[in-house]
Amino acid sequence: MSFLDASSMTGGYGAADILHDCTLKVEKGQIAVIVGPNGAGKSTAMKAVFGMLRLRAGKVTLDGEDITTLSPQERVRKGMGFVPQVNNVFPTMSVEENLEMGAFIRTDDFRDTMEQVYDLFPILREKRHQNAGELSGGQRQQVAVGRALMTKPKLLMLDEPTAGVSPIVMDELFDRIIEVARTGISILMVEQNARQALEIADMGYVLVQGANRYTDTGAALMADPEVRRTFLGG
Amino acid sequence: MDILNALVAILNYVVVPATAYGAQLALGALGVTLIYGILRFSNFAHGDTMAFGTAITILVTWALQAAGLSFGPLPTALVALPFGIAATALLVLGTDRIVYAYYRKVRAAPVVLTMVSVGVMFVMNGLTRVLIGVDEIKFTDGARFLISAQEFKKATGLAEPLAIRTTQAITVITAAIVVAALFWFLAKTRAGKSMRAFSDNEDLALLSGINPNRVVAMTWIIAAALATIAGTLYGLDKSFKAFNYFQLLLPVFAAAIVGGLGNPLGAIAGGFIIAYSEVAVTYAWKKVAIYLIPGYQSDNLLQLLSTEYKFAVSFTILIIVLLFKPTGLFKGKSV
Repeated sequence: MSFLDASSMTGGYGAADILHDCTLKVEKGQIAVIVGPNGAGKSTAMKAVFGMLRLRAGKVTLDGEDITTLSPQERVRKGMGFVPQVNNVFPTMSVEENLEMGAFIRTDDFRDTMEQVYDLFPILREKRHQNAGELSGGQRQQVAVGRALMTKPKLLMLDEPTAGVSPIVMDELFDRIIEVARTGISILMVEQNARQALEIADMGYVLVQGANRYTDTGAALMADPEVRRTFLGG
Repeated sequence: MDILNALVAILNYVVVPATAYGAQLALGALGVTLIYGILRFSNFAHGDTMAFGTAITILVTWALQAAGLSFGPLPTALVALPFGIAATALLVLGTDRIVYAYYRKVRAAPVVLTMVSVGVMFVMNGLTRVLIGVDEIKFTDGARFLISAQEFKKATGLAEPLAIRTTQAITVITAAIVVAALFWFLAKTRAGKSMRAFSDNEDLALLSGINPNRVVAMTWIIAAALATIAGTLYGLDKSFKAFNYFQLLLPVFAAAIVGGLGNPLGAIAGGFIIAYSEVAVTYAWKKVAIYLIPGYQSDNLLQLLSTEYKFAVSFTILIIVLLFKPTGLFKGKSV
């Protein structure tokens, strides 16, 4: 069984369903990417995995444990880390305080983890006393990822981590995400920049109208002429 | 000599009273701004929370005095203050449980919560009057002056007196201690940081495992403490009258908004801005003008507004700030 196994998820916000029998799986230490056109339900699928959406059908298991009925907060304690697309930092708090708040549920000493985050994102160490709201978009994304890493999650979920950052910063963020995955953390990520995201993905999910359209390794999806033509612009 | 006399007159009639009043407003505005920042609504019941806390403090003061206890040169009310704070904290926590909790649960719009707080205000208003009546009450005791007018004139030989009342000095010192403690709490402790995080980004705070019920309870307790301290200091400095505390709501809110709602530093600055403006605009400057301008003679008091209109000052500043800088001077949230 996969480390994260979200099978046959069906549900939505109101009466109408947005997700239709949608399945997402991530193996340990691998990167899974959800791509698809606007309004395909990518973020919704991610929210469903994190428990922010009521499912009418389907099941979510993490490391073999059924977590379908748990709240997002309880899922964080089970080892999920979530980085929302927007409003993902505490703007009037310093970088260091942001990381501290990330570790709020931990009762043990978290200074080691903070050092690891600073090693991963050296710029954050430099700006640790500066307010997160005063940082550039890319730096703020690093704070957001760092905050989520403070609980030492086993699965890190990123909702469009590169939204609104420059291409150079985007490449750098992707490099960091690969580094995180190398430490054994599984990653599930929604991306607008489908091409670059699929390049680093072990597994890719193409969603259309809330349902799985194509599911394959990142490389295979990149090579598929049908996927290229419809979703990657040739 | 004339310049010195003018300076002393300004000190005596403007700076000293305005500083004490500013400290009282700042404490009140801190409570308003904390509730706005964390619970996200304008709490119109804050003035009457101040009144209730002060009323309890006065009742305990009387009990202490009846038992023959006093606090030496300091007012007995300072000993009674913790009891007033505890009672007020219980009252606002109870109110939150019975009234506000429901509106939070249904995620009511902030303006709905504000209207609810108007209702709470009327209930507290009545409660305070039932408890202690509507009359003016003076409850200060201990030494009356730190520097008395006579002593000052004798010591300096100036024609103008300078008097600093004990209550004014206590107000400023207490306010400084309370503000320092509050800022330390918010900046350094885990609980304080979790309150700031909740104020900054509620959803992310929940995701980080911060317990919203604890944050809400802590906010109410701190707001109750600030309200009771502000109210008691105001009552010691002037006098206690339930209706005056209801009216204090305006300058307190003006202070919070001028500084920037949700910004504690702004609340303090706002408190002093409002207090200095109010006192300066309603002070008769004739005496100072006579000292400073040789040969000045006039029947005009040089008073911009009579003291009955002092609330107009808060209003005017409020309107100017809302028109030109709606987020306040210290970058708070826009109303």
